[in-house]
Amino acid sequence: MADVSLHSGGGAGGSSALRHVVYVLRSNPVTLFAFAMLALLVFAALFGPAVAPYDPYASNAARALQPPSWDHWFGTDNLGRDVFSRVLVATRLDMAISVSAVALSFLVGSVLGAASGYWGGWTDRIASRVLDTIMAFPLFVLAMGIVAAMGNTIENVVYATAIINVPFYARLVRAEVNIRRNAGFALAAKLSGNADWRVLAVHIFPNALPPMMVQVSLNLGWAILNAAGLSFIGLGVRPPTAEWGIMVAEGANFIVSGEWWLALFPGLALMLAVFTFNLLGDGLRDMVDPRLRT
Amino acid sequence: MAGRLKTILSRVAQAAPVVVGVVIVTFVLTRALPGDPAVYFAGAAADEASIAEIRTALGLDKSLPEQFVLYVGDLLRGDLGESISTGQPVVTELARRLPASLELTLTALLLSCGVAIPLGVLAATRPGSWADHLCRVLVTAGVSLPTFFTGLALIYVFYYLLGLAPTPIGRLDFIYLEPPRVTGFFLVDAALAGDWETWWGAARQIVLPAVTLALFTLAPICRITRAAMLQALSADFVRTARAAGLTRPTVIYRYAFHNAMLPVITTLGMVFSFTLGANVLVEKVFAWPGIGSYAVDALVVSDYAAVQGFVLAMALLFVALNLAIDIAYTLIDPRIGFEN
Repeated sequence: MADVSLHSGGGAGGSSALRHVVYVLRSNPVTLFAFAMLALLVFAALFGPAVAPYDPYASNAARALQPPSWDHWFGTDNLGRDVFSRVLVATRLDMAISVSAVALSFLVGSVLGAASGYWGGWTDRIASRVLDTIMAFPLFVLAMGIVAAMGNTIENVVYATAIINVPFYARLVRAEVNIRRNAGFALAAKLSGNADWRVLAVHIFPNALPPMMVQVSLNLGWAILNAAGLSFIGLGVRPPTAEWGIMVAEGANFIVSGEWWLALFPGLALMLAVFTFNLLGDGLRDMVDPRLRT
Repeated sequence: MAGRLKTILSRVAQAAPVVVGVVIVTFVLTRALPGDPAVYFAGAAADEASIAEIRTALGLDKSLPEQFVLYVGDLLRGDLGESISTGQPVVTELARRLPASLELTLTALLLSCGVAIPLGVLAATRPGSWADHLCRVLVTAGVSLPTFFTGLALIYVFYYLLGLAPTPIGRLDFIYLEPPRVTGFFLVDAALAGDWETWWGAARQIVLPAVTLALFTLAPICRITRAAMLQALSADFVRTARAAGLTRPTVIYRYAFHNAMLPVITTLGMVFSFTLGANVLVEKVFAWPGIGSYAVDALVVSDYAAVQGFVLAMALLFVALNLAIDIAYTLIDPRIGFEN
């Protein structure tokens, strides 16, 4: 039964789904490019520290503020640290922050959204009120407030990013669950003796997964921007840790005197990561729902 | 008209629980300070007695509900506490700095609407043209740009390389005097005073930060304008208008554009939220003396009252704006009514 509902929701079965993916990838080189970029990012996150040519924390006053050269591809910063190594090593931290934040909001949002979409009533009313309140804040500002109140640590940046993203997931799941609450397959599952939570978790919720995946991908880019923005204003990550946002902030002081490479390369890495996730999200949307294609 | 008034009143009533929610959240944030706030405010050299004294003074010895009532009472009197870094009441500081932030935000929004809406309309009316492609590139690239990075890139190019922009330090170069304060918006005040030299100085300072913010908001406005125009153009009433032989400009602007504006106005509310957040980063990059940079400076020295006041002010501003947009919407579109 679970399989049937999954397939009827996804619109395609095992091998034909794979064929569809291959078809979309072939007809849309941009999505293929996005997957290639994602592979690069994952590689940098996993093996960055191993392949970095220099120690990202080793300062060398003799080689401070050197422009990009063959020795130092992205130049060196004011302490003589190799910018390329730092950008590479920072990938892991930036990805870890955004992935864990998005995973948290995915989990919490799914539970909240599924419960309020399925049971309605007071659960729904209270959950919706709480989510509305979160959305009533300018989100970046709320994240700032949360980190300031809970303490200036990386974990709290993750929690803050997760909290401000929960409403997006919860609303999506709530809508998807709500329209299927009384669908034939859900009623049949219930009649054959499944408990409410089981019908919800195993039969109804999987149908919300395809649009959720799109949301996850778009959200990852946003979470990276958010975390980098927070560390840019001095929240969360502290120097000398290598992280893109804080590296741009450190490089900002040298922009007006013309040392552009300090801020440019971490900024580019940041843009590239966000761009990849946005492209990926658009590509995934094409796979999941071709009608929404623009 | 009575029905419309009722709709507006009911919309205002709907905003009330949101405001209550916002106040509760900021209260919780204030009380969630790590460690004991009394110890914190008393300073490092405080002894037990002075800590207890401060605890009583701050009302921290009372129960949470009592504290909440006190907090709401303070808010109603317009008291957000005192900033420990400047020694000034937070409300005065915020009020003094708010015009700088609003001037920047509004200039940026005007700028981006001025570019994005015509571009979106062009992209929708001429699919496949340069405008359509430009729109698509902007939409994808615009959302990937970290605002603080765009700002730095603009400073590098226009200040360091080309020397066109003034030094990115605040609203006005020190060689100019601030115009007499009427609205707090330098561009407006200088124009009112007829001091065009100062106006030009202020305009030169605001261009780069405003462009930075505008680039950030271009993408969503452009995207929604294009989508809304495409939808309006494929509607039946547009086909009828065309079939009736109306000219192309009339069909596009009178019929399609007016209808497409509604979703754009809604999106502006969302965009405004992003802009308020991005403002913080842009103000930091350009040393703009608005409430965003005030909050950032307060964060660095753990000046919590200032940060909480800032968060609350931003949220209330945003709620008020959404309310205004909804009411404007009701006035523009006669079809809108709220079911009880």
